Amino acid sequence: MISLNVNDQNFDIDADPDMPLLWAIRDLVGLTGTKYGCGVAQCGACVVHLNGEAVRSCITKVSRAQGQKIRTIEGLSQNNDHPLQLAWNEVNVPQCGYCHSGQLMSAAVLLRENPNPSDADIDQAMAGNICRCGTYLRIRKAIHLAAELQKKGETRG
Amino acid sequence: MINRFSKFTKEHTGALRMTAVMGTILSLVTLMAFTLHHDVKPVAAPIVVKDSVASVAAFKKVYSVLMSPRCMNCHPSGDIPLQGDDSHLHTMSPRRGVDGKGVYAMKCTNCHQPTNTAGKHTPPGNPNWHLPPANMKMIFQGRSANQLAKQLVDRKQNGNKDLKKLLEHADDGLVLSGWNPGEGRTLPPLSHAEFKKQWIIWLKTGAYAPAK
Repeated sequence: MISLNVNDQNFDIDADPDMPLLWAIRDLVGLTGTKYGCGVAQCGACVVHLNGEAVRSCITKVSRAQGQKIRTIEGLSQNNDHPLQLAWNEVNVPQCGYCHSGQLMSAAVLLRENPNPSDADIDQAMAGNICRCGTYLRIRKAIHLAAELQKKGETRG
Repeated sequence: MINRFSKFTKEHTGALRMTAVMGTILSLVTLMAFTLHHDVKPVAAPIVVKDSVASVAAFKKVYSVLMSPRCMNCHPSGDIPLQGDDSHLHTMSPRRGVDGKGVYAMKCTNCHQPTNTAGKHTPPGNPNWHLPPANMKMIFQGRSANQLAKQLVDRKQNGNKDLKKLLEHADDGLVLSGWNPGEGRTLPPLSHAEFKKQWIIWLKTGAYAPAK
């Protein structure tokens, strides 16, 4: 058995240590908000937080995640009120939406480390998250808005 | 005391052969003197016996490895690492960051695992995957053999490594990973054993820089 701590809950799963964390999260823990995109760390759809860092769960083995703090899109906030989630909704960012749990998890690391990111900061932070619908400009706009919301402290930050 | 390491930048000439012989004799005499005094502690520093011709010849082999994609790709001239056997800019344009470990959601170990990921076109792995830090970029890309030889032994440009640390660096975990690059990537032109041998020869014969 392997113990995973996902969104502050412990799960004991029967998995091969080499199983991709993404499979464990989706198929064994049952949280399907995190998406499979490419399977080789090229697209960013599967980003989750491992001890606060935006790792790609498709190539992260569960053995690396055992006993560590994992956070998925379902655990980004208690009530879907993370500044980024509010901003995403306000700007109506997604088109098909498939990549956006990964986009949000990457953006959350950016905002945590840089509360007032420039366009260049956003581009650097988000360069590894691909969106086939091409919503990049709305993503950038929403991150700026989320930064404002976070500064005002009107929402959970 | 034995020969000093600080003369590495001299280019080789035939006349230096004589210096090398003299240096060898002096080193032996010095060692004998130390042996005779029981209260003198053994010399910890590696022994350098200068030989500019051998040194330059060894460095040319070392250089062929350092400029191979497996080494140079993480010693880029810019702040984006290189990728592949053609050393193109890394897709997604990850940045060096202050500590060499990336920025924000684009940190090296977000994709590069502690070990290689199976399959072609997947991230190679190492527990310590990183670029040189922003204040010590240790650039290989674009450096001539002359420039790189001088840079490697300049403590202001090599991470403050003295001769002992440079010698040890041949067995650094990230250096060794160049010979375990994952599927679909060519190996450096020399085996690690041969590289290490030439690296040691280069350093222990005076770390001379080739003329060009």
